Amino acid sequence: MSLGPHLFLALLEGTVTALVLALTALGLSLVFGVMRIVNIAHGEFFMLGAVLAWWFASLVSGWPVVGFLLALILGPLIVGGVAVAADWLILRRIDYDPESTIVATIGLLYIIQQVVLTLYGGDAKAVEAPIYFRVSFPWFGYSGYKLIVAGASALLLVTTWIAITRTEIGLQMRATQLDEEMAQAFGVPVRRVYAAVFALGAMLAAVAGVLVVPIQQAHYLMGGDPLLLSFIVVIIGGLGNLRGTLVAALIIGITDGIISVFFSPTLAKVLATLLVALVLVIRPGGLFGDEDS
Amino acid sequence: MRQRPSGKILALHAGIIVVLLVAQLFLPPYHHTNLARIMVFASFAVGYNVLMGYTGLLSLGHAMFFAAGVYGAGLTVFHLHFGAIEAFGAGVLSGLALATAIGLVALRTTGVSFLIVTLMFAQAAFLTTLHFNQITGGDQGLVISSELASLRIGSFEFSFADPAVKYNAALLLFAVSFAVSMALVYSPVGRVLIAIRENEARTRMLGYNTYKYKLLSMIISGAISGAAGAMYALLFSYVGSTFASIQYSIFPLLWTLVGGVGTLMGPILGTGLMFYVVDVSSGLTHSHLIVVGIVLVVLVLWFPRGIVGTVRERWFPWLP
Amino acid sequence: MAAVTLLEATGLNKNFGGLQAVNDAELRIGGGEIRAIIGPNGAGKTTLVSLVSGRLRPTEGKIAFKGEDITRLRAWDRVARGIVYTYQVTSIYNNLTCYENVALAAQRRLMGGLLQRLVLGEQRIAERVEVALSRVGLTGSMGRQAGELPYGHQRLLEVAVSLALEPELLILDEPTQGLARDEISDFCELVRMISQQATILLIEHNMSVVLELAHMITVMDKGEVIAEGTPAEIEADDGVQRAYLGRDAAP
Repeated sequence: MSLGPHLFLALLEGTVTALVLALTALGLSLVFGVMRIVNIAHGEFFMLGAVLAWWFASLVSGWPVVGFLLALILGPLIVGGVAVAADWLILRRIDYDPESTIVATIGLLYIIQQVVLTLYGGDAKAVEAPIYFRVSFPWFGYSGYKLIVAGASALLLVTTWIAITRTEIGLQMRATQLDEEMAQAFGVPVRRVYAAVFALGAMLAAVAGVLVVPIQQAHYLMGGDPLLLSFIVVIIGGLGNLRGTLVAALIIGITDGIISVFFSPTLAKVLATLLVALVLVIRPGGLFGDEDS
Repeated sequence: MRQRPSGKILALHAGIIVVLLVAQLFLPPYHHTNLARIMVFASFAVGYNVLMGYTGLLSLGHAMFFAAGVYGAGLTVFHLHFGAIEAFGAGVLSGLALATAIGLVALRTTGVSFLIVTLMFAQAAFLTTLHFNQITGGDQGLVISSELASLRIGSFEFSFADPAVKYNAALLLFAVSFAVSMALVYSPVGRVLIAIRENEARTRMLGYNTYKYKLLSMIISGAISGAAGAMYALLFSYVGSTFASIQYSIFPLLWTLVGGVGTLMGPILGTGLMFYVVDVSSGLTHSHLIVVGIVLVVLVLWFPRGIVGTVRERWFPWLP
Repeated sequence: MAAVTLLEATGLNKNFGGLQAVNDAELRIGGGEIRAIIGPNGAGKTTLVSLVSGRLRPTEGKIAFKGEDITRLRAWDRVARGIVYTYQVTSIYNNLTCYENVALAAQRRLMGGLLQRLVLGEQRIAERVEVALSRVGLTGSMGRQAGELPYGHQRLLEVAVSLALEPELLILDEPTQGLARDEISDFCELVRMISQQATILLIEHNMSVVLELAHMITVMDKGEVIAEGTPAEIEADDGVQRAYLGRDAAP
């Protein structure tokens, strides 16, 4: 293949990565934006989504479409439940103190990971894609499922965006983000908003995990990469800045895709991390963040 | 915190070293080796505590400094056939240099961003060790025992395979790190570091360029962590990318939290306790790291001050 | 009145978003003077002294201290040159002892090179701490946690911290706020004593304190300096009466 098609393939791969990454990172950014906490266990919610997708698929083996749809709907709900429980049992008890929350979510990371290891095992397991077809371009064929993943992610991003900007619950979230005390004074149930946001953040990661699993296999340690990439995205996009998060996810995802096609994926991640360092030296608040933060 | 270490405090801490020195005469071999390992890890925790406990900077990337020490010592032995002392020096310097470079950049950020940035740098370092697996041995690692010559001092010869040498070298490292951190805490610089932990903005208005002090703290912390890593490579003859993984960034945090953040004795108590807890539970289940998770959550919910911190609060307010 | 100009600020502006907190302010303070800045809430007094102390950077303008342009200097470098700021809200280190609080300030003056920072003798610091604490009458509380002190004593500790920094220009931001009547008169006595060694810039709401202490008064309103003069001149100024005291010309 010559350079042109090669680049096109890289761009295609990058776009798929970017959209899935945007979903995961949006969850992290939302939680940080509204609750002012960093959830280190965010990648584990992604992993839970993927593992649940495998579990549902194995429940109804033979009908991959049914299993996949079950996972797509029930998976995020279960993960959301886990998140609400974590919020209820741990986070609200430490009053969302930023540093304690970090330590607590590291603890949560280990707990989720090790429970999955016990129940699911240490092997990577593949899940069959619900539909299989290839889109043929003049130079190569491309997995149709990947394109569906990209489309579904884009659809979910738009839906979430509308939910945040246009609905009553979204309004309450934004009010809480701007000024917690003021929101409380205006009758916003801040505690419940926190639980809802934490659950929503986890569910976005879980959906991404479900979507990705037919491409990438489910493994109990798979949460690390999405966590790291999401961090890079939210830092470049400015912590808590949703628009910045989306733009940064596209930049990072596509760059990652391109570098991964031409160089090794490991090197791609090292370079992405160093890029972030550069951004921080120039603008500590992120590319799209406030200069003072 | 008092004006200077009183006789009582000095005696207590010297006592810990003496107990560790004498303990080797009585310990059965299994615990003898464990304790050597614990003292090396405790030195790592002491280094971590300088930054987290006494300067108030929460890092999630200290594995890179420990690993810098591990590789700095291990690779110079393996590829360049350095002697033990030179290799140890290379390890300390690697930790120090990396901490300086990372500090210069990462300290431009504060709070949560600082933590994320250190986490990411550590991850980049980890991936780098995997990428250059022809030199580092990747996650398989390298065994360096056949390349590491015995240490000759005068007419004495010390073999690193000898358990007594391991134990006393580890003890020496721990005693020195312990003394350095104590001297730092009681020095004028230590006073500024504690002030930064308590209120950085105020400290700037007292005429201190807090960035420089935080950088200094990071360098000292990185150098001690590097020394611990270097000692680990020499005593246990192994280098591998595990030591750069996120696990080894979380361990010193865990050990320090368990023992008590911002206490001098916390790191050794926390490391010792957690080492045995993990050791025992790994015999019981494959998923033994769940213990780490549960302990972290329990600490945050009910014992935020750790062992020494709780003791200090309840009974002995003079403990440093 | 004073011969030498210690501080000279010209054309100072500070914008927060669209809000003009300080508008084209001039401030000239002579050595040895006690200067008071008065004005209604939100007049820009704290912003103005924050520009002088280096907590904030001016949007426009120039600040000179002892003839040297310090506009671009960071707060810690200004402290090194003798400009010391005490907070409006007490901002001592609550978890540290009184000794440690003052020692932090005292050692700042003694720390030269890096080596000196690491081996600086505690004895020399302790001497200065004792002097500073005894000047405000807190010697007996040396070993107590600062956060446990009664409020009036916390304010005194704050002053002791400032004294240990050996200021040439000491900025006191509403020092008598929250103090009882007899504490206030002691405080005035203390300020007068300090002024023998340092120039004092005082933000104060309590007019009797201002009239008792100040050699010169600067009046601010809506970010601008609207009047300047001796206490007698300011008391007689109709504009000031209207803007600040909220009443028509004095009877």
